[in-house]
Amino acid sequence: MLKSIFHSQITLGFAQAAIASVLALLVILLARRRNIHLESDTAIALLRGIVQIVVVGSALVLLLKAPRWTSVFLLAGMIVAAGSISARRAKNIPGARKVSTYSIAAGAGVVTAVMTWAGVIDTAITSLIPVGSMIIANAMNTNGLALNLFRSEVLAHAGEIETALALGAAPERTVAGYTEASIHSSLIPAIDNLRSLGIVWIPGLMTGMLLSGADPLYAAIYQFVVIAMILASSGLTSLLSTMMIRSYVFSPADQLLLKESA
Amino acid sequence: MNADGGAVILRTDNLSRRVGELHIVDNISLSVERGELLGVVGPSGAGKSSFLRLLNRLDEPTGGTVFLEGLDYRQIEPRGLRRRVGMVTQRPFLFLGDVAANLRFGPAQRGETLADAEIAGLLDRVGLPGFATRNVANLSGGEQQRVSLARALANRPEVLLLDEPTSALDEKTKTGIEELIRDLVVGGRLTFVLVTHDLDQARRLCHRVAIMEAGRLVQLGTVQEVLSGGSAGLQPGDTVHEKERL
Repeated sequence: MLKSIFHSQITLGFAQAAIASVLALLVILLARRRNIHLESDTAIALLRGIVQIVVVGSALVLLLKAPRWTSVFLLAGMIVAAGSISARRAKNIPGARKVSTYSIAAGAGVVTAVMTWAGVIDTAITSLIPVGSMIIANAMNTNGLALNLFRSEVLAHAGEIETALALGAAPERTVAGYTEASIHSSLIPAIDNLRSLGIVWIPGLMTGMLLSGADPLYAAIYQFVVIAMILASSGLTSLLSTMMIRSYVFSPADQLLLKESA
Repeated sequence: MNADGGAVILRTDNLSRRVGELHIVDNISLSVERGELLGVVGPSGAGKSSFLRLLNRLDEPTGGTVFLEGLDYRQIEPRGLRRRVGMVTQRPFLFLGDVAANLRFGPAQRGETLADAEIAGLLDRVGLPGFATRNVANLSGGEQQRVSLARALANRPEVLLLDEPTSALDEKTKTGIEELIRDLVVGGRLTFVLVTHDLDQARRLCHRVAIMEAGRLVQLGTVQEVLSGGSAGLQPGDTVHEKERL
């Protein structure tokens, strides 16, 4: 229907984006009826998302002609942005932004670098940036989940934690169970993605490869490769961020700093 | 109740804690003698629990300090300090598992193993013989508080801080816990600081009483001096019941 109205690919794209956004906003309005307020968060995210992706898409046209090393700077910029966005899930924890940025940089950076060195990711900008950004984005989501869960668990169990501290336990010992639970829960989406690959979803990357003429079997295998890389980087990010955030939740005198406000 | 008297084991020196513009604990200086049970009483919001939390450095003072046996507690390693100055809170916060696992927790942090005989001895002491293998989820409120006391005692502290240990309990259970505390005071060399809003409880258990109001220490003295009626901080019309004294 839309293709008969919009003949230009760009205007067609914007029309499709508008419909998808309306659907997303309708869900938010439904949530509002249950007193769950995500309107401003979602509206801002939708607007930012479309503007940012259009800007990046436009920039890619220029980047295609740029030398390969510019990918490093673009990916580094993505990591910094990812750290900042992800840190908001760990409200009231000082150092969350630093922890998020370092964890995502280490998790996504190590996996991307190793896989590029091994020849799994092509160094061409058209490969490195899309695949690298997928790895960074998923590391960002996992980090946000892990920190949000850790924060919630610590707040909900402040009494138990301080009881353990009062009995002479080391801080990391008092939150060990909550750290494990946060890591485990944060990796559920990545693990389920791998588990459902090909059954529940066929990712866009594979579709893109097929459209560009790649061998279907190779496209399928490479899709698995990407999802496995995402799991590796997400896992590393989650492990690092929960390990690092512990030192910000306790003072040097082993006092719990993260508590509900009075 | 009479203390054996003796050296000062714990001393606060202009101890304060300020959060923003709020002086939660405001320049409190007092001493606690070894073997004494010092009561800290006052209305809700007086800063009693906040004061107690400063004594084992669960919260950091913003002014002043605490001396444990003459040594500034900031020079004592925090975990070691908290072994020596134990705490029992209003809610027991028992760890999942059985009673024995809870008692073993404190010593295990130092790499020590509590023998079965020691666990049995602690449980006898708090009036819970044979409870070692009981799951804490199946305990009553009074039993949980007794386990919480035994857990703190397993660390062999020198001072025990009690933060309203009976306020969530019914009268009969409260009486049982008070008897237990009394036995511990009389029987051992332990020093106690008890926060309570129950003036009658303070009269029954304490050697001396400190009255706090709005974060400040307004009165400190023996039970007779401070709680014999008409003292600052008491509710108008408060009746004094002469309970059995030790």
